[in-house]
Amino acid sequence: MPVAVATSLADTVREKFPQLPIVEQSVRDNIPTIWAPAENIPAVLAYLKSEASPRYAMLYDLTAVDQRVRAQRAGEPPGDFTVIYHLLSLEGNCYARVKTSLREDHLSLPSITPVWPAANWYEREAWDLLGIVFEGHPHLQRLIMPKTWVGHPLRKDHPARATEMGPYRLDQEKEEREQEALRFRPEDWGMRHSHEGVDFLFLNVGPQHPGTHGVLRIALQLDGEVIVDAVPDIGYHHRGAEKMGERQSWHTYIPYTDRIDYLGGVLNNFAYLTAVEKLAGIDVPPRAQVIRIMLAELFRIISHLVWYGTFAQDLGQLSPVFYTFNDRERAFAIIEAVCGARMHPNWFRIGGVAQDLPRGWDAMFRDFIAYFPPKLREYDHEILGNRIFKARTVGVGGCTAAEAVEWGVTGPNLRATGLDWDFRKRQPYGGYENFAFDIPTGRTGDCYDRALVRVEEMRQSLRIIEQCVKQMPPGPYKSLEPEATPPLKERTMHDIETLITHFLGVSWGPVVPPGEALGVIEASKGGNGYYLVSDGGTTSYRTRIRTPSFAHLQLLPQLCRGSMIPDLLAILGSLDYVLADVDR
Amino acid sequence: MISPHPIFSLVGILLVVLGIASGLIWLERRLLALWQDRYGPNRVGPFGLLQVLADMIKIFAKEDWVPPFATSKVIFVLAPAVIILTVLMSFTVIPVAPGIVISDLNIGLLFFLAMSSLGVYSIVLAGWASNNKYSLLGGLRAAAQMLSYEVFMGLSLMGVVLLAGTFRLSGIVAAQRRLWFVVPQFLGFLLFLIAGLAETRRLPFDLPEAESELVAGFHSEYSGMKFGMFFVGEYIGITLISAMIAILFFGGWRGPLLPPLVWFLLKVFVFLGFFILMRASLPRPRFDQLMAWAWKLMLPLALGNLLVTGAVVLAMHG
Repeated sequence: MPVAVATSLADTVREKFPQLPIVEQSVRDNIPTIWAPAENIPAVLAYLKSEASPRYAMLYDLTAVDQRVRAQRAGEPPGDFTVIYHLLSLEGNCYARVKTSLREDHLSLPSITPVWPAANWYEREAWDLLGIVFEGHPHLQRLIMPKTWVGHPLRKDHPARATEMGPYRLDQEKEEREQEALRFRPEDWGMRHSHEGVDFLFLNVGPQHPGTHGVLRIALQLDGEVIVDAVPDIGYHHRGAEKMGERQSWHTYIPYTDRIDYLGGVLNNFAYLTAVEKLAGIDVPPRAQVIRIMLAELFRIISHLVWYGTFAQDLGQLSPVFYTFNDRERAFAIIEAVCGARMHPNWFRIGGVAQDLPRGWDAMFRDFIAYFPPKLREYDHEILGNRIFKARTVGVGGCTAAEAVEWGVTGPNLRATGLDWDFRKRQPYGGYENFAFDIPTGRTGDCYDRALVRVEEMRQSLRIIEQCVKQMPPGPYKSLEPEATPPLKERTMHDIETLITHFLGVSWGPVVPPGEALGVIEASKGGNGYYLVSDGGTTSYRTRIRTPSFAHLQLLPQLCRGSMIPDLLAILGSLDYVLADVDR
Repeated sequence: MISPHPIFSLVGILLVVLGIASGLIWLERRLLALWQDRYGPNRVGPFGLLQVLADMIKIFAKEDWVPPFATSKVIFVLAPAVIILTVLMSFTVIPVAPGIVISDLNIGLLFFLAMSSLGVYSIVLAGWASNNKYSLLGGLRAAAQMLSYEVFMGLSLMGVVLLAGTFRLSGIVAAQRRLWFVVPQFLGFLLFLIAGLAETRRLPFDLPEAESELVAGFHSEYSGMKFGMFFVGEYIGITLISAMIAILFFGGWRGPLLPPLVWFLLKVFVFLGFFILMRASLPRPRFDQLMAWAWKLMLPLALGNLLVTGAVVLAMHG
């Protein structure tokens, strides 16, 4: 749990800005939450970032909520839209939530890009999806939606389903308009066509390209093969996952989360349910906790195996991808035996997991625990030890710990810089405090260190799995409380309360009390957080998914400036992002 | 010794080379699959042997497409023919067995080097004519790579020439009666092996196409049989390099018991297998690293090898 701070956040800010009307709000997840006037946001955040004690060095998330149809807002200042800044203090190991209220007729506030350059994409996204104007933003353009899109999808008055929008037609004229909108114009990004006698080549990489691992587009400014600048263009994998959260019940949204980081499987369920359970105040029984951790760590290995093979392939090594996918297949065999599904197991439930472990589960895990370490040693020789592999990755695309924190980098990419920040250790959730494991770190934060950290993480995950197998506690696999969804069938025959909740939960959907909560977990790629706002109904009022890949990809131009095209592929591969995780 | 009429040699060698090249496609896919824990083509015909035939039918049936934006349509079409032509021309000087050679030129080795130098035009022109930035980058890489690796490729063979005292390939084979040149010229053999890999643009030297970086590099815009010619050209190319290694360093057709032709093919296939193994195991270096390697390491080594060999030959015969 985050440690208690001596003076409250509101008092700290009031001390510095005595003239400002700072409103304090108590929330269900106990993150200190204050409201500040919109025009003072940059000053307050700059103070919190560099002067306050503790300093909040990382802009963890920035998002907004359309509050216009909200019913239950006790304790909140009025306003039509709310912009929410989640700050993370690494030294104080705590979050701060700063909010500001905006009226519908004046949806604008100053940009915080001068304070945090990392706010760039977040503010663009908030403008794109909710129509909030950030004054002074260097490039306030659509980020996720097509440039030709009309409206702001996450507003409550925007249709949520295709059927509400009328039939889609793509005639010649419209196609040309869409094509034209996709044209990359270097001038828009302040790029020159030539400089000091050098003519630059502009190369469009993607959205269909074997090296981008999905539908990502990068416009490169090249001097020969040297990258002068790069502009990533995302949104091609956007499926409106956050909007869907407002239509699905708290329970039926779980399978959608599987598909956010589609290589992470239950890790997504884990992040979502951490937030839901905080919001609803549901405890998870010990056996369910251990089952969750065991599957989550197996999925961390599965996700890292995909990265391992494809990273080697990005560098031209053709074989490892087949070996790592074979191993992944063995891990999937276990997932299949437990969950019945493979990549999208949809296995966690509010208050536990869907079913108990099948007979013989421990033998399968033990087989894997015995099988996997020799394989990892083999890959150490084949991949990490290869001299060409080293030549391609050592010293390429490095960044310092300070830079990484500045840009909101989390997970293995952050630890490669030498900072041993792991949410499982620092802010244990779901029972991680009961397990012994180490946090591997790198030194230089280059592509090679990122690889080393991930490989060592697989060993540590295996350690955790081993402990889970040995210490699997008996007991229920799901909370006995009626709030567990769906409540245990046996219990419905015992008391009328559980029967009623079961009936309502199945026919209507579980009801979560009004409030808000941020649940953050250490996913395979970094800090994955769900920020949920409940209006006391059966669906979420606002589902915000903060993904690690989004922050990592924003850092790409910094990492690849001055390197060559092959380095770009090494950097992309080493960042280990998933486009579905970026675009949601 | 009865020598067949050159016409028979010509037709025979052409058929065998094309046969090997297409068989290689199958062999490579099966071997890669074996090393990568999977099956490879095993459905069409026995052991999937007819897969190549099926691929050929498919590739012939494809639309013969020339990009409307091509810089020069004529050059776009001619480029793949150049590569096939130059590698096949090289085979005219290859003695596969005593007397079986199309043209036993007294400058056979130089002819081979000249032809492989011409081959790069195919890649560069294809990259340029495609009028595609990826193709262009691939073409540029190919030009730089081929130039750098050709320099020490030629030099690495001069040791062999010094020892044999002739550029005639059959003469070089004859000179290895007592000892294969791989023993006195081991460094030269290594250098030629690396240069040969680079010459055929195979992993780890496949930078001109570099799938994960340049999509397909110089042949991004090629399809159908024009792509097929690049494809087959590559396989004839590695057959050629393997044949050259066998002739220059491993005594050509020489060997006990078995007939000369069998020995020759056996040696060629060992090196073909080696090339495929390289592809299965190594990652791809970066362009500048590749260049630095060629000019800063391989070239001095080749020159040193030539110098030492020259001195030794001078001391022994002088």
